[in-house]
Amino acid sequence: MPNTIPNRQAMCETLLELAENSRDIMVLASDSRGSAAMAPFAKRFPEQFVETGIAEQNIVGIAAGLAHSGKTPFVTSPACFLSMRSIEQIKVDVAYSNTNVKLIGISGGISYGALGMSHHSVQDIAVTRAIPGLAVVLPADRHETKKMTRAIAEYEGGVYVRIGRNPVEDVYEEDDDREFVLGQAVRLKDGSDLTLIAAGETVRIALDAAKLLEQSGIQARVLNMHTIKPLDTEAIVAAAEETGAIVTLEEHSVYGGLGAAVAEVTSQHCPVPLKILGIPDEPAIAGKTAEVFRHYGLSAENVKELAERLASVKMR
Amino acid sequence: MASILELKRKSLQIRKELMTMIHAAKGGHTGGSLSNTDILTALYYEVMKHDPNRPKLPERDRFVASKGHCVESLWCILADLGYFPKEELSTFSQFGTRLIGHPNNKVPGVEMNTGALGHGLAVSVGMALAAKRDGNPYRVYCLMGDGEQAEGSVWEAAMAGAHYKLDNLVGIIDRNRLQISGSTEDVMALEPLDRKWEAFGWHVVTVDGHDYGELLKAFNSVPEVSGKPTLLLANTIKGKGVSFAENKPEWHHHVPNDEQLKQAHEELDAELAALADEQERSGTHA
Repeated sequence: MPNTIPNRQAMCETLLELAENSRDIMVLASDSRGSAAMAPFAKRFPEQFVETGIAEQNIVGIAAGLAHSGKTPFVTSPACFLSMRSIEQIKVDVAYSNTNVKLIGISGGISYGALGMSHHSVQDIAVTRAIPGLAVVLPADRHETKKMTRAIAEYEGGVYVRIGRNPVEDVYEEDDDREFVLGQAVRLKDGSDLTLIAAGETVRIALDAAKLLEQSGIQARVLNMHTIKPLDTEAIVAAAEETGAIVTLEEHSVYGGLGAAVAEVTSQHCPVPLKILGIPDEPAIAGKTAEVFRHYGLSAENVKELAERLASVKMR
Repeated sequence: MASILELKRKSLQIRKELMTMIHAAKGGHTGGSLSNTDILTALYYEVMKHDPNRPKLPERDRFVASKGHCVESLWCILADLGYFPKEELSTFSQFGTRLIGHPNNKVPGVEMNTGALGHGLAVSVGMALAAKRDGNPYRVYCLMGDGEQAEGSVWEAAMAGAHYKLDNLVGIIDRNRLQISGSTEDVMALEPLDRKWEAFGWHVVTVDGHDYGELLKAFNSVPEVSGKPTLLLANTIKGKGVSFAENKPEWHHHVPNDEQLKQAHEELDAELAALADEQERSGTHA
C-alpha cells in the first residue's frame, strides 16, 4: 500500500512528542502552519508556537533571538523563500552568531510543481552548504524524518532541512533500527560495480534503480547521503575506490548540490567517472513530481540505463 | 547611581579613546560612533542590568547593536567596564583580532554578531518574546541607525514587536540625519519617522540623544505604555564632540590624521576641564 503520510506530518508528530517533555521546543511559521502541517502543534502548544506572518527575514531573525535565549526553534517556511529571501539572516543571525536554529524548508525542490520557478527551490542546497557552520539535511522518507527531527533537536547548532510536500514511498521499514547520525551516510544496499548516491526524495529512485540493475547482473551500492553538510567524505571515497563509478541523484540544480559536493571529493581524492542527475540550469518544467522527475531522467529506468553505460566504461 | 556629570565625563573619555583607536587602526566608523556614544554610555553605566564578571548572567538586560558600526564606542565601553583588558583595544582591526569592525560574540558582553543592517530588531523581538513566554524580567535594547530605517526587515520586526505586545523591548534610533551618501532625507526620506513608528504600534519618545537628563528619564519610564514596545527617537549629531567631524557625512568612516587626533583630544580635554569646574562649583565630587 503506498504511503500517504508526508514527511512534514511525520515531523509535526515528532515535535509534538518532543514538546511534551520540553517547553523550549518551539515552532515558528510564516503563515505556513497549514502547509507545514504544524497546525496541530500550534493548537496543542500555543505558548511554544510563533506566527510571524509572511515575513521570511523576520522569522529567521526572531528564531535567532529565541535560540539565543535558550529555545530550540524550528522555523517552518517554504524552502523556496526560506533559502533565498532569508539567506542573509541565515548567514549572519544563525550561522555567524552560532544560534541553535532549525530551518525547515518545506515544500522543497519542485514540490509545488506547476506553480513555477518562484516556488521551486532547486538552489537551496548550493546556497546553504556554502555557509560555514550550517548543517544541511534531506531526509529520505517519513521514518527517517522522525529520527532526524529528534537528532537535530539534540544537536547544538544551526541546521537547514529540506523536506517535500507530498508523501514519499518508504525507504526504510517501520522497525528499522539504524540510528540517524548527522553527517553519516547510510549504505542502503551494498555493491561493487558502481555507486548510486542520493538524498531526500531521490533515494527511493536510487533503490528502485539498483533493483533493476540487479536483474541485469550489475551490483550497485546505494548511499543515502541524508546529510549534505557535514559531508560523509569517507563513504564517498570508499565508494569511488571500491566501486569505481558514481551516479548522483538529486531534486536540485545540477550546479552546487549533492552531485557537486560528491565531485569536489572524488576529483581531489579519487577521480572516477561520475554522472550528476538533477534539474538542469533552466526554470523547471511544470508538472507533478513524478512527471518532472521523469522528464529530467530522475527515474529508476533511466538511472538503470545510465548506470549500465557508466559501469561498462569505468576505468577500474 | 551615576550622576549626570559622571556620565558626561565618562562619555568624553570614551570619545577620546575611540578617536585614538580609530587613528591607530587607520579605519573605523568615526561619525556614527561619536553620535551614539551618549546613548551607549547611558545604557551601560546607568540603565542596563549587567555584570562584566558574568556576561552570560541569565537575568541580564540584552543589548543588540543593529547598527553594527557603533562598534568603536561599544569596544571602548566594554573594555572600560572590564569585559576584556583595555590594552586589547590596540588590536582593533588588526590581523587576527577579535575586536573587528562590527560586534563579534567572541568578545564577552556581545550578544549577537551584527553588521548587516536591518537584522537586530527581529533578533531583539525574539529575545523579548522569549522573556515574555518564560516570565523573565529582562529587557532588550536595540540600537538602530537612521539610514538603516530604509531596510524593509526593520518594519517586519516593528510589526511583530507590536503584535506580540513586547513592552520589554526598547528600540533606539540614532537619528543623526546623515548616512554615507549625505542627508537621510535626500537619500531616502524617512520623515515623519515618529509617526511611522506610532502607526506600527510603538510608543514613541523623542529625546535629545546627547542630553543625559532626557535619555535617563525616557529609559527609566519604560514601559510608559503597558503592552507596547518603546521607540526612543534620539536626535543626535553625527561626529558629536569633535568640531571638525560634526555633521560631516564624509566623517562616516573618515580616519583622523595625527593633527586631527591632537585637536580632537584638545577639544574633548577642554570639555572635561569645563566639567571639572562645573563639578567644583556645584560642590559634588565624583
